[in-house]
Amino acid sequence: MVPNELKAYIGKIDPPHVREVERGAIRRYADAVGNDNPLYYDIEYASESKYGTIIAPPGFFGWSSATVPSSEGIIGLMTALINAGYYRILDGGMTYEFFLPVRAGDTLIASPKVKDVSAKEGKSGIMIICEFETTYLNQNGDLVARASQTLIGR
Amino acid sequence: MESKQIFWEDVEVGYELPTLEKIAHSLMLVKWAGASGDFNPHHYEDAFAQSQGTGGTIVHGLLKHAWLIQLVTNWMGDEGFMKKFSCQYRGMDYPRKMQTMNEPVDGEIWQCVGKVTNKYTDGEAHCVDLEIGVVNGKGETTTPGTATVILPSKGA
Repeated sequence: MVPNELKAYIGKIDPPHVREVERGAIRRYADAVGNDNPLYYDIEYASESKYGTIIAPPGFFGWSSATVPSSEGIIGLMTALINAGYYRILDGGMTYEFFLPVRAGDTLIASPKVKDVSAKEGKSGIMIICEFETTYLNQNGDLVARASQTLIGR
Repeated sequence: MESKQIFWEDVEVGYELPTLEKIAHSLMLVKWAGASGDFNPHHYEDAFAQSQGTGGTIVHGLLKHAWLIQLVTNWMGDEGFMKKFSCQYRGMDYPRKMQTMNEPVDGEIWQCVGKVTNKYTDGEAHCVDLEIGVVNGKGETTTPGTATVILPSKGA
């Protein structure tokens, strides 16, 4: 049921991109959520915590928060989805595994790939389900997190 | 602001997390777009949202995901560690419009809720599994999810 031009993206790996996790970006992110935990903005408080410094809320890996906002894989696949007539695109969900905290000042290396493209018969016709997986390493080469985002085209 | 740290021994299966209340409004969605980098016009442009078949602008799924993460991290405290998290955007949520510079019109309030579904040790780690969700003003869970958290142990 998945058109070939969409299937072609399965397994597509994008070049890793670097994200600096800035303190101000963490603060703005927490503020936008309405999250007033001092670990995310109060240097004095955070330096006395077990982290020794400001950390990012889980799920924030430096701007931007979308898994693969500017990767060729996601943009290419989204464009192909629209061209194939699936122009109504919705976010389906997010799954994480966390291994290490993200600290202010970290430099993360994000490696996105298109994990799968599948089809499902929904109430309003065929839905195309796109799964993107991104792994994040820190500047020491340690695995920080793995994120899987699902986008649905209808 | 953090009160006392919760320990693994303090919770049992069925334990309910303190509810986190949220009000989604268009100002919050603009702030979220800027802070998260999600500039999809589906969240601020009515005509485009109509073309997407949702009847109007909708709350970002990722904002609701961030609410649920706040629910869990507030509760687990500074010593807790979130190991796994997952949520699915099953239902649309519609933000309140603004009536003044800062105040939204009256309307819906969202509740982020959670409860412990399992409690176990995994090697050295003292873990609990949680069932979480964003519940809209009609009592419908629009964004169900799960999380696994490592809590500090009194014995450790």
